[in-house]
Amino acid sequence: MLSDIQASADWVGAVQRRPGLAPHLRALEAESIHIMRDAAGQVRRPVLLYSIGKDSSVLLHLAQKAFYPAPIPFPLLHIDTTWKFREMIVFRNELVRRIGAELRVHTNPEGLRQNINPVEHDSATYNKIMKTDALKQALNQGQYDAAIGGARRDEERSRAKERVFSVRAPGQVWDPKRQRPELWNLYNGQLAPGETLRVFPLSNWTELDVWTYIQAERIPIVSLYFAAMRRTIERDGTLIVLDDERLKLRPGEQVQERMVRFRSLGCYPLCAAIPSEARTIDDIVSETRAARISERSGRLIDYDEDASMERKKQEGYF
Amino acid sequence: MPDSLLRVLTCGSVDDGKSSLIGRLLFECGTVPDDVMRTLVRDSRRFGTVKGRVDYALLVDGLAAEREQGITIDVAYRYFQTDRRRFILADTPGHEQYTRNMASGASNADIAILLVDARKGVLQQTRRHATVAAMFGISHFILAVNKMDLVGFDRAVYEEITEDFITFSENFGTVRTTSIPICARDGDNITARSAHMPWYMGPALLEALERAEPRDHGRSGPFRMHVQGVIRAGADFRGYTGTISSGSVRCGARITNVISRVSAQVERIVTMDGDLETGHAGDAVTLVLRPEIDISRGDVLSDSPLPQIGDRLAAQVMWFDDAPLIQGRDYLFMFRGRVVGGSVSDITHRLDIDTRGEIPARELRINEVGHVTISLAQPVVFEPYRLAPDLGSAIIIDRMTRNTVGAALIERADQASNLHAQHLDIDKHARAALKGQRPAVLWFTGLSGAGKSTVANLVEGRLHMLGRHTMMLDGDNVRQGLNRDLGFNEADRVENIRRIAEVAKLFVDAGLIVLVSFISPYRAERMLARERVQEGEFIEIHVDTPIEECRRRDPKGLYAKAYAGQIRNFTGVDAPYEEPEDPEIHLQTIGRAAEALAEQIIRELRVRGIID
Repeated sequence: MLSDIQASADWVGAVQRRPGLAPHLRALEAESIHIMRDAAGQVRRPVLLYSIGKDSSVLLHLAQKAFYPAPIPFPLLHIDTTWKFREMIVFRNELVRRIGAELRVHTNPEGLRQNINPVEHDSATYNKIMKTDALKQALNQGQYDAAIGGARRDEERSRAKERVFSVRAPGQVWDPKRQRPELWNLYNGQLAPGETLRVFPLSNWTELDVWTYIQAERIPIVSLYFAAMRRTIERDGTLIVLDDERLKLRPGEQVQERMVRFRSLGCYPLCAAIPSEARTIDDIVSETRAARISERSGRLIDYDEDASMERKKQEGYF
Repeated sequence: MPDSLLRVLTCGSVDDGKSSLIGRLLFECGTVPDDVMRTLVRDSRRFGTVKGRVDYALLVDGLAAEREQGITIDVAYRYFQTDRRRFILADTPGHEQYTRNMASGASNADIAILLVDARKGVLQQTRRHATVAAMFGISHFILAVNKMDLVGFDRAVYEEITEDFITFSENFGTVRTTSIPICARDGDNITARSAHMPWYMGPALLEALERAEPRDHGRSGPFRMHVQGVIRAGADFRGYTGTISSGSVRCGARITNVISRVSAQVERIVTMDGDLETGHAGDAVTLVLRPEIDISRGDVLSDSPLPQIGDRLAAQVMWFDDAPLIQGRDYLFMFRGRVVGGSVSDITHRLDIDTRGEIPARELRINEVGHVTISLAQPVVFEPYRLAPDLGSAIIIDRMTRNTVGAALIERADQASNLHAQHLDIDKHARAALKGQRPAVLWFTGLSGAGKSTVANLVEGRLHMLGRHTMMLDGDNVRQGLNRDLGFNEADRVENIRRIAEVAKLFVDAGLIVLVSFISPYRAERMLARERVQEGEFIEIHVDTPIEECRRRDPKGLYAKAYAGQIRNFTGVDAPYEEPEDPEIHLQTIGRAAEALAEQIIRELRVRGIID
């Protein structure tokens, strides 16, 4: 497994000059670094939410840049639903070891006891307990006053109005009508008792920006993003990659080797793969440029109901 | 690959077709994927306002709440790119109550698209939006005259509207206006010149956006950088992080920490991609200096000419909160990397955005703009907003809710601040300003039993009620502690009063109003105390009670002992009391209640500006 990752991810060594970074990426990079430094300067106990996905990889890379040559001055937090692809966990552990970051992993113990899982439970219940509740628990236990995440405004309609510094009322809930005006690059990180902050340094990035930046900076990513022959089944019009024996086949479902990859990574039965021939980062960039399917469409959880992301956010989902 | 980034503000009234325009731009630039398009077609049937056709507005109307209301209630950001440029579009609400959201978008934008309905022309709303955008520094407008199809693509209508706006925009000084006749719904003059309006020779909207010059944001000025933090790595590495606001800095350059006026040389410009020879405006860097000087988060590093320093600033303020801005109320002012307490000490006037007239005001309500004087608890580094937006802007934060309640655009130092603009350290003014008062010594002198302590206690009680920070030094009490080692001989008396004067001075430096209740019979002694503090800070209060009355009261039985010869050197009996010749306050106590005397002192303090 480890050799796969090393083959697919080109680990960035020490110093690399990059004369070719496009001006708009340079501007976005500087903005994100500024936001990250400002968060570190304003709040008492920040934490970086690390989900192992491509956006998290960029976020982590920018955090390294923001504080170089010092180590990242806050821990990473991974909410582990226990349904992440095995490859993701191996990648996570290896990456954290290499950059010497401090990683905290949290799983909702109550959810584990009740064996809440994405196979038997509906996606709304599963996400609430294993993701939203788990995140709230971890933030409360760590007494973190700010969680830095890799969400982007272009991901989904309700995210378009999200602030860079987004205040959550006590209980980690989001009130779309009570958002603070955000002017210039002056981010208000002041908190009233019980309030916490979400910080989104990648707010202004698009999916294409993320991929072209990964390409230019040679940022390591999980090999699941690259096309390969994988064991898949077709279910509800989407392609599900089988990662372990916990996902039981329904009558009539056939396991088939297909050339697929992921545009977006989550929990494996909830996260659909796309047919693709993109085996390298250059291929992915070309494919993304030509993309005619939106990025989160592979995420089954957004299909719950109309405006479901907005509702999840109000409850405290990231 | 795009070669630059342009931030665009779009504003227009609810019905001008703004969402349609943006949806159309996203669609034309290939940003709308197939599945979103499918949802759009479905939504168009359910929510759409364009009968039987795709309603592009639904692409951008995000939140469920506003889709139901059919209006855009919050600023939303959209992203698209062409081969030449990557765009960040701040889509701001047209609704009047949400001017604050427009301000958010305008603060970062390079250019503003003002949408006008060709049938209605330039409205009050349009003028209001243009005024706010110009206030925040936007100097290039694209006037998008929409719904041209509904006026039969009439050139005269377009030209009249254009003329109208250009005349109005002359209020803003030098601004550029590019006026484009469009039909957003059908895509006329959006990506390509429309066949419906062959008379129009200018650029299509997207072309104009691709060609527009990005705003300078003051970046062409001298090198300036706000320090975001200090980085330590290993025993030897100490660097200062920040994003360069303006100018450029080279290795070897001499720079100054503006607030402390201490200079050092730039030894390294560090990034994870290797050291830079030169850092430019917009770069996020880490500077290593030699020698290491004292620098903390919020300090400004600068090449000469240095920016200004001040704690009283004339500024334009836009108010965002439901609770109005009240003159004199304490708020937090957030500058880059620094949060400072302070208040709006004076509202010069309110600006009527519609008429551009000036109206006297004591408060600013939500979405109102005013010219004010800001008084800060400590000096900050600043420049006028129009020259250097990064050094000339601040947000105002409510102390209780911690919400962002206003934005301040600095115009200049307030004239009155020049007097002590050079006091850069935390001095008594800074400490007192934090308490919202002026420090002073109220020196109560008079015979034993004259009523000094009684009146002083009442005055302190009144000051306390007024929220003033005070300290009481009573002659008797000081003798029991600090001056326990002193007796009543000549040398000890002088030492006694010297110590009290010095302690009073320390409390004044701490920003307090100090009440000293002490017989202090000799003019020379009182002079010594007066000279310890600045002119105007020493208020001598003669508590004038004739000796007969003091003897009659004799609260501590001391006069009886003195007259019996049991106490020597008793003031007024066998030692002189040198009456003040010209006290700041002269209290004649006979026949007057202590409360009335205290009231007289409070009045005097107001007259003297010690309290307001």
